[in-house]
Amino acid sequence: MEVLILGFFQWFWNLFGLWDGIWSWFHHVWPLAWTLMCFVAILVPLLVGVAYMPYFERKVIAYMHVRLGPNRVGPAGLLQPVADGLKLLFKEVLVPTKASKMLFILGPIIALAPALVAWVVIPFADGWVVADIDAGVLFLLGITSIGVYGIIISGWASNSKYPFLGAIRASAQMISYEIAMGMALICVLMVSNSLNLSDIVRGQNEGLFAGMGISVLSWNFIPLLPMFIIYLISGVAETNRAPFDVVEGESEIVAGHMVEYTGMAFALFFLAEYANMILVSFLTSIFFLGGWLSPVSFLPDGHHWLAAKVSFLLFCFIWFRATFPRYRYDQIMRLGWKVFIPICFAWILVVGVWMMSPFNIWK
Amino acid sequence: MGARDFIGSLFLKELVQGLALTAGYLFKPKITIQYPEEKTPMSPRFRGLHALRRYPNGEERCIACKLCEAVCPALAITIESAQRDDGSRRTTRYDIDLTKCIFCGFCEEACPVDAIVETHIFEYHGENRGDLYYTKQMLLANGDRYEQDIARNRELDAKYR
Amino acid sequence: MMEFKTFVFYVLSAIMLVAAMRVITARNPVHAVLFLVLSFFTAAGLWMLLEAEFLAIVLIMVYVGAVMVLFLFVVMMLDIDIERLRHRFWSYLPLGAMIGLLMVAEMALVLSGKYFSTEVLPGQSMPAGYSNTKELGHLLFTEYVYPFELASVILLVGIIAAIMLTLRQRKDSKYQYPLEQLAVKRNDRVRLVKMPSNKEPSAGQGEQSS
Repeated sequence: MEVLILGFFQWFWNLFGLWDGIWSWFHHVWPLAWTLMCFVAILVPLLVGVAYMPYFERKVIAYMHVRLGPNRVGPAGLLQPVADGLKLLFKEVLVPTKASKMLFILGPIIALAPALVAWVVIPFADGWVVADIDAGVLFLLGITSIGVYGIIISGWASNSKYPFLGAIRASAQMISYEIAMGMALICVLMVSNSLNLSDIVRGQNEGLFAGMGISVLSWNFIPLLPMFIIYLISGVAETNRAPFDVVEGESEIVAGHMVEYTGMAFALFFLAEYANMILVSFLTSIFFLGGWLSPVSFLPDGHHWLAAKVSFLLFCFIWFRATFPRYRYDQIMRLGWKVFIPICFAWILVVGVWMMSPFNIWK
Repeated sequence: MGARDFIGSLFLKELVQGLALTAGYLFKPKITIQYPEEKTPMSPRFRGLHALRRYPNGEERCIACKLCEAVCPALAITIESAQRDDGSRRTTRYDIDLTKCIFCGFCEEACPVDAIVETHIFEYHGENRGDLYYTKQMLLANGDRYEQDIARNRELDAKYR
Repeated sequence: MMEFKTFVFYVLSAIMLVAAMRVITARNPVHAVLFLVLSFFTAAGLWMLLEAEFLAIVLIMVYVGAVMVLFLFVVMMLDIDIERLRHRFWSYLPLGAMIGLLMVAEMALVLSGKYFSTEVLPGQSMPAGYSNTKELGHLLFTEYVYPFELASVILLVGIIAAIMLTLRQRKDSKYQYPLEQLAVKRNDRVRLVKMPSNKEPSAGQGEQSS
């Protein structure tokens, strides 16, 4: 990729015979420029996707309610996100009188930042990754655990009852489900023998069935089915989506940590929520659904497979929201601590014994 | 808890059933009426904007009995009456404040001469404070304008009264 | 010209020192905790600079991601009266200062001169495929396996002790048993009974029987 784009620049400036003159100073800043280009190439589609997620969600939920959903702004309502964005952009950002002003502004920023930072280690296809670091999974776990600060800080800084309750609920819930998520990942790490996300995907392309040309049966979600389900459900809980959305449960605590926010600050929380959803979908497809791999060998691998898997998982997120009623808070805690974590422990043991037994399928 | 239930709950049987139900509705035909272009059918008894009717010879029906004013639960109707030159009792003022009105239809039920009626018009608006304060002239104008619809609706509903 | 790494080191160190200072000077306990988080974060950055990426990430994961959240949780709920805490500040100052100075002296003894120069910072450069995490794992499960297992047993004892100390069985509190709730089927709770009416319903009583 890098060579390709550099080659394009060279060709372009050579048309004017200027390449040598430009390159003499440009090669100093090229690595920086290249990294910036990568960020733009990731963030722009991501933010467009984040903008269209609410539209997609409203449409799907409406269809499941036997309604039509937004269809007034633009053809089939496709300009709805633009209208929503403009509305939020032009609204005033109000800061409550007794709020802690700096933290109040900092809250949404901290909520959004980790959701964007985590993208540097996501491999979109073989070799298509900004930072191919060895400890990618650890990096992800570390970065995503910071997101809860955005909610806690904004809840506390608002100096109001409902945001505070929402912040307390959020901190307890997100910590609990982070453990279950991490435990589920341990199984993946055990079988793929690597912390690098690209290696984890490549590892799923090996094995008996992959050799036979049906790599879909070699993906992690089959031998690690309980972990896959736990990871998916924990992912829903971690992003505070329905049916685990007690953090912002409208009928209980209005909107949780977002009550006092208006305009763009409020929009940042929305961006963070949807960016996290997309991130969790990407991670689930990379860890369990074979990332960019094609399910059968006669179709070529590529990023479109990853996109298809992610789209399906995002649809699942919305599907869950349209189907399940909200969990009660103590039930959420019980599910996380008393059901998921013991199952994870048990399955780690099972996988460990499996890997030591003659039936080991991951060699 | 039997073995079957245990296995069912282990494999999230009921959750999958729920998901299957919503997925089924995803493909059902949609029931949305796209309002400005499409409209729902309206009953002859629909209670919308008020109107004061006249007899075919042009005489206004209202006899200022004030039954509607008395029955109005929202106190939206104000009537003042006086004797006309020919000796009959007529209203000098018949106002309905539509911002107060709750469209219960009691006035039209109470009216002994079918003078005050509610039409099927519901798409109207006011741009200034007071625009929705309908005076006698406005109500009579409504009656003149929609007399055909009103008469037809009365007729359709007559056999159920 | 200063090397870029050195520049980053000084920036991170400065942020960390300021944050650490604010932890003990901030009037608001929540602000103090947040500054502590900031100093952990910059410490992780410093470790990253030393190519100890495993330690850096674990510091963020464990301390920033979990421990400090619980800390914040508790501190936010406490009603801390700062004025009362400041009461008799001056009478405690000499003792505190003495202990502080003692600790500084100890650290100065341990970290003798050369540790403060930045020349030795990056150490020898590692080969490209070198994974800090893997090395640590190897060491933990080969050379240090007994201390490691011992530490985990001690932690387990700690967990159990903490649970036993806080676990109180109260007779008068009621619990729900989700497993039993789940197991209930419609037929266990609802019984549809069909009864023939044994009397002709007279006028006015027609709606009572069914």
